[in-house]
Amino acid sequence: MDLSQYLEIFIDETKEHLQTLNDQVLILEAEPENIDTVNEIFRAAHSLKGMAGTMGFKRMQRLTHDMENVFSEIRNGKINVNADMVDIVFKCLDAIEGYLSNIIDSSDEGTEDNEELIGLLNAALEQKCDTGEPKPVEAPVVEKAAVGSEERKKYLSIPIADFEKNAMSEAKANGMHVYATTVYIQESCLLKAARAFLVFKGLENKGEIIKSVPSVQDIEDERFDFDFSMFIISEQPIEVIKKAIETVSEIEEAVIEEFEIPDTVQDTVVVQEEEKKVVEDKPAVKVEKTEEKKPATKSGNKPVVNRSVRVDIEKLDDLMNLVSELIIAKNGLVSVTGISSHQDQSFNEQIEYLERITTNLHESVMKVRMVPIESVVNRFPRMIRDLSKKLNKDMELIMTGEDTELDRTVIDEIGDPLMHMLRNAADHGLEDTIERLKIGKPKSGTIRLDAYQDGNNVTIEVSDDGKGVDVEKIKRKAVEKGQITEDQAEYMTEKEAVDLLFQPAFSTAEKISDVSGRGVGLDVVKNKIEGLGGDVEVVTKLGEGTKFIVRLPLTLAIIQALMVDVSGEKYALPLNSVVTIEEILPDDIKYVHTKEVINLRGSVIPIVRLNEVLDIDPVEKEEGLLDDEGLIVVIVKKGDKQAGLLIDKILGQQEIVIKPLGKYIKVPKLISGATILGDGEVALIIDSNTLV
Amino acid sequence: MDANVANSDVKQYINLRFDSEQYGIDISYIDNIVRLQPITRVPHTQHYFLGVINLRGEIIPVMSMRKKFELPDKENTGACRILILKVDGNKIGVLVDEVREVITLADDSIEKIATDDSETRAFLLGVGKYNDTLISLLNVGALISDIDSEF
Repeated sequence: MDLSQYLEIFIDETKEHLQTLNDQVLILEAEPENIDTVNEIFRAAHSLKGMAGTMGFKRMQRLTHDMENVFSEIRNGKINVNADMVDIVFKCLDAIEGYLSNIIDSSDEGTEDNEELIGLLNAALEQKCDTGEPKPVEAPVVEKAAVGSEERKKYLSIPIADFEKNAMSEAKANGMHVYATTVYIQESCLLKAARAFLVFKGLENKGEIIKSVPSVQDIEDERFDFDFSMFIISEQPIEVIKKAIETVSEIEEAVIEEFEIPDTVQDTVVVQEEEKKVVEDKPAVKVEKTEEKKPATKSGNKPVVNRSVRVDIEKLDDLMNLVSELIIAKNGLVSVTGISSHQDQSFNEQIEYLERITTNLHESVMKVRMVPIESVVNRFPRMIRDLSKKLNKDMELIMTGEDTELDRTVIDEIGDPLMHMLRNAADHGLEDTIERLKIGKPKSGTIRLDAYQDGNNVTIEVSDDGKGVDVEKIKRKAVEKGQITEDQAEYMTEKEAVDLLFQPAFSTAEKISDVSGRGVGLDVVKNKIEGLGGDVEVVTKLGEGTKFIVRLPLTLAIIQALMVDVSGEKYALPLNSVVTIEEILPDDIKYVHTKEVINLRGSVIPIVRLNEVLDIDPVEKEEGLLDDEGLIVVIVKKGDKQAGLLIDKILGQQEIVIKPLGKYIKVPKLISGATILGDGEVALIIDSNTLV
Repeated sequence: MDANVANSDVKQYINLRFDSEQYGIDISYIDNIVRLQPITRVPHTQHYFLGVINLRGEIIPVMSMRKKFELPDKENTGACRILILKVDGNKIGVLVDEVREVITLADDSIEKIATDDSETRAFLLGVGKYNDTLISLLNVGALISDIDSEF
């Protein structure tokens, strides 16, 4: 049996446990007396240790083991939680994360021993030695083991075949021992087969396993509950065998005793009864367990069985691609029926049915790919805590809407930009504690991360109640750096000035810290988010705080689009940025500062002639203008700004699959991709954000 | 020809024609050869890119060899083909006047040429002699890396 097949599970589980630990230790820091939290931490640390051990990551196991010891003592009330301890634990978690990333990269934990941390942990343990005597936990454990021990000897009900009996008798005659044992694995154990395998391996050189129930094959295939029974022939004393089994982690208990070979096959039942009595008479054989093996409060905290399957992301991508192809094929069919002359009622019905199915299929696949942003944001509380210490500012992170879902492709990319913005808020946004008190703000600064769905978009807002952006300062800085001239600065609106923040190499932080201030932050953030088809906006008020508003599309692969005709060429406009479609007369176009605008229900909207922007032959354009009585304008928005795109014809609304244009060709920013229409033709997708 | 294929210093080339000139492209770059189909224009791109086509669900940029080499424009005919080249796993289409045949050239029948005069020469690996005609062998790598450097 090869352990590498468990590596992926191991990595996933370790990540989950680390996250739990991070969360719970944060809670513990706030409520040092919270015993539930301590239990939770202990369990997670214990599982981590067990898993690391199973996979043979010795250094990781050692570190988690020592960490677990500390929590064990905390749980027993021997050590009190203090700030230093929490710091040590967080360092340990970081070290474990280090191991994990090594494992992900190279399937090897690396060579860092983290002796220093282990020393710190042990020093923490020393404290307890001054107080009470160790290990008082055993009593209840033994008691529990005693209860129901009869039922736990499952090997008693296993029928023994004649030849097996012969083998046993022979062994006994040669002075060997025959042991019967039932091994119980903790119910929280995830790699049962791996544990069982280690049990077998551990026994290999101690004796011979003559029978196991279920069979070894079934055990390897994980076709068993949480226990299995074995008969072992060995020269070794019973304690050695028992120890060999129980040193495998996550083994709850090994019920073991010398096996009395039943006399005749027919009398099995009777023999069993007798044996039971014998056993009752000698409870000395009863198992003793080490304190660590004690499963923590079995009832309440058992993980809820969730009916889910882990699926390789590539498989999902394949599925998504197939769905995309299906939609293209469906669109093809629809366009064929559009031109065919014989309109068959039932045929059309079938087409409509097909359309409904493909739409539903697409939605379902989309939903499968949706991941709550929780998986990204759950590391932020820890980060803010560390920042708070590092920057010596009191601050608090409030998060809402962690269950908002986004496509996996977006989720993977959004973590870093959000982190950047939070760091910015912590470092630049919030004032020093002293200053806050001076100006009468609450001592502790507040950073908020609010996520919510808004139509086909997801909005994530990162805000702080700090000092806000000083617009004048930005302008001065930009002039200093030569990015704008004095004149420009003077006429710049507040919004334009704030947008300077997103220029490359722009930082207004007076001193550069290792948190932020090198000026390589916000432009990267903006690029990344725009690369995802989203946009970012800043709202700020001097002295009151700053809010970054990030808008992201729900998905990247398939969108609803408005198909338009511009001088004979077809283009797709993403529907989520379209506000309205207006018909205007040529006279409605007015000039402001030599720019064309229209006045639409009181608001002045700039006009963009798409055929000019798209560089389409002017000959065709004039032809189009001659017989034009009304012009069609598609009003698009970006944030709260709007623009009107002048087009020739609306072709309709369609679901389109976004495809890249391929390498080697230089694509202007204006074009965000291409799509294949029902008739096989390629239409370009216009990123209207670049036109607003 | 078959006997020559096993020989390591022999390569196969696709033989193309522009006007009266003949060119050759190493056959290992060829992914596909397709008939002319509607090309969707892409605005504001390199002047020698005609646009993009749909090749079985994949979108592939197409460049014009004529425009690239600054040869005079010519009406497309039924003989026109789009060669789909695959370079480093990325596909690119090249519009050519005519695809003639697959030819086999031994390395020693290829002569290196001085790359001093025109830009066009830089994209040539050498000139091969085949049945008394001279065939200019295109350096696909140079053609593509040139595109990259313009970004």
